[in-house]
Amino acid sequence: MYFESFSEFLNMGGHGLYVWMAYGLSAVLLVVNVVLPVMHKRQLVKEQARKLRREQKTS
Amino acid sequence: MWKTFVAWFHRMGSPKWFYEITGRWIPWFAAAAVLLITIGTIWGLAFAPADYQQGNSFRIIYIHVPAAILAQSIFFAMAIAGGIGLIWKMKVADMVAKSCAPVGATMTFIALFTGAVWGKPTWGAWWVWDARLTSMLILLFLYFGVIALQSAFDSKQSAARASAILSLVGVVNIPIIKYSVEWWNTLHQPATFKLTEKPAMPAEMWMPLLVMVIGFYCFFAVILMMRTRNEILEREKRTQWVQGLLSNRG
Repeated sequence: MYFESFSEFLNMGGHGLYVWMAYGLSAVLLVVNVVLPVMHKRQLVKEQARKLRREQKTS
Repeated sequence: MWKTFVAWFHRMGSPKWFYEITGRWIPWFAAAAVLLITIGTIWGLAFAPADYQQGNSFRIIYIHVPAAILAQSIFFAMAIAGGIGLIWKMKVADMVAKSCAPVGATMTFIALFTGAVWGKPTWGAWWVWDARLTSMLILLFLYFGVIALQSAFDSKQSAARASAILSLVGVVNIPIIKYSVEWWNTLHQPATFKLTEKPAMPAEMWMPLLVMVIGFYCFFAVILMMRTRNEILEREKRTQWVQGLLSNRG
């Protein structure tokens, strides 16, 4: 470990704000990039199920 | 050897084949991405030494450099996929190109943002209009252009063609970004990793960086596959194989 304590780790030798801003926003953006296609797929599956039910009703 | 490549190339043109094979690959790339990015982050944040001049703000490198590398690689891949779709009228290539844009734009934004946050304590400035930073900003605008073009047309083929042309024209920006620090007098420092020389930094510093770069590539692979598969499901929804697939789920 480079740091002596957790509070030192958070402080990053005075550069804590910069380091955590950078890592924080990047983490959020990476998560968003995963969540969006997963949600889109669910939406596609739901739409298709709805369409099939409609077609089955009319046939 | 060439025959296998041609056979593979033709198989790639089948959305169904692409969908099936990526379904098998995604779990592996996802596991690799999670593992590598977690290990790389912990290593870079807590175990790597600080820079003797910059101190701990140096640790931003472990996000900044992978994101910047990916931003450029993804644009290059997007241009190639667009070109293949343009020349061979391959639907899968168009879909891959479309799927590259959002994650590529994200990587470019991350590179710019983390670069600015790193620049403030290091250079005293959030932004300078030097060659590398400016050409990366142009890359972000090019990505936005490609994304905008995708929604600007009613016909998917026209959208794909326009995006491909923009990507191919814009790809000239990639060597400009890469060599900007050599061709011009820039504030941004020159490359750490070179193809033919040893890195200028010690192993304890560049090893976690390499882990993060590979992790980011795996992450990109996962997102690309997920998005392309969604495109396939949408465009091929009239086919039997897609309807069979989706009726088994829902």
